Amino acid sequence: MNFPILSAITFIPLLGALLVLLIPKEDEGTIKRLSIGISVIPLALSIYLWFAYRTTPGGMQFEELAPWIPAIDVRYHVGVDGLSVPLVFLTTFLTTLSLYYSAHTITHRVKEFFFLFLLLETGMLGVFVSLDFILFYVFWEVGLVPMYLLIGIWGQPKDRPQYAAIKFFLYTLAGSVFMLLAIIGIYLTTGSFDILEAAKARPFADNFPLAAAAFWAFFVAFAIKVPSFPFHTWLPDAHTAAPTAGSVILAGILLKLGAYGMIRIVLPVFPTAFKFYAPIVAALAVISIVYGALVCMAQWDLKRLIAYSSVSHMGYVMLGVAAAAASLNLGDAAEVARSATIALNGAALQMFNHGIITGGLFFLVGVIYERAHTRDLQAFGGLGAKLPYYYGIMAVTCLASLGLPGLAGFWSEFFVFRGAFALIPVFAVIGILGVVVTAAYILWKVIQYVFLGPFNAEKWGGLTDMAAFEKVTMWPLVFFMVFFGFWPTPIVNLLNSATSALIAAL
Amino acid sequence: MTLETLRLLLPQLALLVLGLLVLALDLAGGRGGRLRKSLPYVTLGGLVVALGCALALWGQEQSLFWGMLAVDPFAGFFQVLAVVGVGLVVLSAVDYLHGRTPWAGEFYMLLTFATLAITLAVGATNLLMLYLAMEFLSITSYVLAGFFREDRKSSEAALKYFLYGAIASGVMLYGMSLLYGATGSLDMREIAQALGAGLEPSLTWVGYAAIVLLLTGFGFKIALVPFHQWAPDTYEGAPTPVTAFLASASKATGFAVLTRTFLTALPQFQVDWVAVLAGVSMVSMTLGNLVALKQTNIKRMLAYSSIAQAGYIVIGLACIALGAESRFNGVNGVLLYLFAYLFTNVGAFLGVIAFEARTGSNEIADYAGLVRRSPVLAATLLVFLLSLTGIPATGGFVGKLFVFAAAIQVQFYALAVVAILNSVVAAFYYLNVVRYMFFVPAEEGAAAVAVPRPIAWALAVATAMTLLIGLYPQPFINWTTAAVRMLAAL
Repeated sequence: MNFPILSAITFIPLLGALLVLLIPKEDEGTIKRLSIGISVIPLALSIYLWFAYRTTPGGMQFEELAPWIPAIDVRYHVGVDGLSVPLVFLTTFLTTLSLYYSAHTITHRVKEFFFLFLLLETGMLGVFVSLDFILFYVFWEVGLVPMYLLIGIWGQPKDRPQYAAIKFFLYTLAGSVFMLLAIIGIYLTTGSFDILEAAKARPFADNFPLAAAAFWAFFVAFAIKVPSFPFHTWLPDAHTAAPTAGSVILAGILLKLGAYGMIRIVLPVFPTAFKFYAPIVAALAVISIVYGALVCMAQWDLKRLIAYSSVSHMGYVMLGVAAAAASLNLGDAAEVARSATIALNGAALQMFNHGIITGGLFFLVGVIYERAHTRDLQAFGGLGAKLPYYYGIMAVTCLASLGLPGLAGFWSEFFVFRGAFALIPVFAVIGILGVVVTAAYILWKVIQYVFLGPFNAEKWGGLTDMAAFEKVTMWPLVFFMVFFGFWPTPIVNLLNSATSALIAAL
Repeated sequence: MTLETLRLLLPQLALLVLGLLVLALDLAGGRGGRLRKSLPYVTLGGLVVALGCALALWGQEQSLFWGMLAVDPFAGFFQVLAVVGVGLVVLSAVDYLHGRTPWAGEFYMLLTFATLAITLAVGATNLLMLYLAMEFLSITSYVLAGFFREDRKSSEAALKYFLYGAIASGVMLYGMSLLYGATGSLDMREIAQALGAGLEPSLTWVGYAAIVLLLTGFGFKIALVPFHQWAPDTYEGAPTPVTAFLASASKATGFAVLTRTFLTALPQFQVDWVAVLAGVSMVSMTLGNLVALKQTNIKRMLAYSSIAQAGYIVIGLACIALGAESRFNGVNGVLLYLFAYLFTNVGAFLGVIAFEARTGSNEIADYAGLVRRSPVLAATLLVFLLSLTGIPATGGFVGKLFVFAAAIQVQFYALAVVAILNSVVAAFYYLNVVRYMFFVPAEEGAAAVAVPRPIAWALAVATAMTLLIGLYPQPFINWTTAAVRMLAAL
């Protein structure tokens, strides 16, 4: 048997977490070095995975299959395709950066923090590689607990972290229990817990009310996580309260779990129901985009603003998925499939880009908050001259976020709208308003209020520019924004191998 | 009585000898002697012997004493469950009783006899035998609940338990007498045959009455709404190891007799008792969870939680699908849930006992900062609370999966939806304890909480089993499915 690379990627962080437990808590240096060191192994393996994955023939690769609970046909089935490879990489990459950043900023309850963070990584990676519903569900929920503790323990007291933590937990749990019922329903109909089998078997195809119920059960579970309007209200609280690295992971990866579920499970397993409800999904996506952006305009807390921008940006992902769903049985097969694939590529690419860009933005919020101990936009002004390095990095990240051509964010938005215009033009037209508002709040609220205008030398005279570790954290992220901005081909090819197969199978 | 009969009774005999031995050693030991200190370990050793006997008899299907008592896998499962549960309770009691009562020996003796009563009740196939065994269990439990007789709360717990129990058992007995009057037999199979042959039209109401009256007795043991009123006060006031016993082994016994009696004696009325149980299940879950939200005392919170958990477990019986080649036949879900719940719930009580033994408090607010004061205790309690919530990788999830799947299998979607909504509500109050332990800083000068060694062992077992059932449930699924297979043949 080949080297079980996916199991290694998934479980090495868990192993690391257990090792951290063995170190005495006073020995913080060792804990930090060990955690970062351990997290580099799955990162290296996932880079290898990226290059070792063959886009021709595509499909599931590096599969591992073993019985787990034969009594009810639950299997340990993992595998990756072009959709999951970038997300696995994103997870290991952002985790390593977060651990590195946290090693410099987390000063109390260090052992618990690094233990939970590594545990969280296993949970997230497990979701992206699972091909069995029960396995998927187990990882899905297992990741919930460490994040709950991260928000609650290391949140800033004034941000009501305890409230935010339980809200995050209950929202996700409420969605996922319905998903569990739907999973059981699928098993009782098809006799298998396998996700790929379910996509072939199309459970409840002959019973639309049941198919609709199962569709909504999955959809709501994932929409809460994405989060899509009207399920988004946990997000600003959780993001604001979480420690910097927690916010990065929350925005960078946990939100992707929901979007990934939409593409991996909802679309292929319930295409007919999804097609039927695509207008509703598209409407929710458009509301998320526009409403999220408008709410950003009204924020005075920088971190909360970035949090709401996630609602808006993840709306693009939902729009792309809805467009792909709407493409089912829509005349001129070749052209429609082309648009659907482009829309879905855009959605998948937006997931990756949003992880890089918004992850970066949360790091940058952390940088200024560590120094100024405030995130009130009205308190800043004119920092551009005082903190030129920070200004530069922030400007690049912000421009990537608003979709400036030449930076990564542009391509994903472009693909989503290119696909959506062909398939659901009305929604696409409304959605594009969000792009305008995004430019407004990024330039006006973030750039202008923080960096331009009069400088309050009395208050901010003592601020220092980015430290070395902060630069080291940000540079890889900026690299990807620029690299994929100029040359998105490598990642698009990878995604396309998965999305085109998915669309073809609909 | 032949030797073969004695062999089949080995678990009961072992427990009988053990109880008498503990009593004799207690008498012989004198005050504070080493002999007395060894009593819990003697009890533990005896329980291990009984466990070995019960396991050795696995697979037997025999009937003893002219149809009074069955030795079958179903009874065997519950014997194992009870013996293991009581073993954990004994470990939890060692330090807890120290300094609180001079009569620890009697405590272990009573626990042993309560276990004996359980091993008889779960095998009873005759209503008379069933009644006697249940009374035996009840009376030992009343004494245990009031074991701290100088403590007013403990006395109140015992009195309340006794008053409710006396009435419940009287009502149950009335139900049995009705069945006897209508069918002329106390044997469960004969009752079923008589009912199957058809009652006189003027007597059909007896079946409905019997369901409700019997359910009163069984529901009392299980603490199902509306027979639950005793539970919060008794759970709160009783010595905490006794509470752990009532919430695990004693509750499981209620489920065992409920399952066997209804399936064996009243299959003709399955449609009716299924409907009643479905209603009881919904009400128990909802009421238990909603009231638990407001509790500030952890023992009361766990009491209401245990009412709600009973509601989840009943789903398995309300969505029974025996006979079909189904993997989720409902009853195996009940057994699996109970087995996972045993370790989870006793584990939670072990944590409570360890905390109470050192701090004397049961207020949830006093758990503030426990993660700093005793990381191990906080971490293990976290595992149990997550298992009670039903988060995967714990036994509680597997139990819930099986009962929810049973509900979906018989297309009883409403019950499944009520259950999952309830499990979200429940997450709130379970995590409230987590919030205090992990988020809220300890008060100034709050002392570290050292876990006594016997409790630490018991905690290790309970944690390991909770996680094992969650991560590798295969053997437990096979075991519980085998234990209920004979019921399908009825």
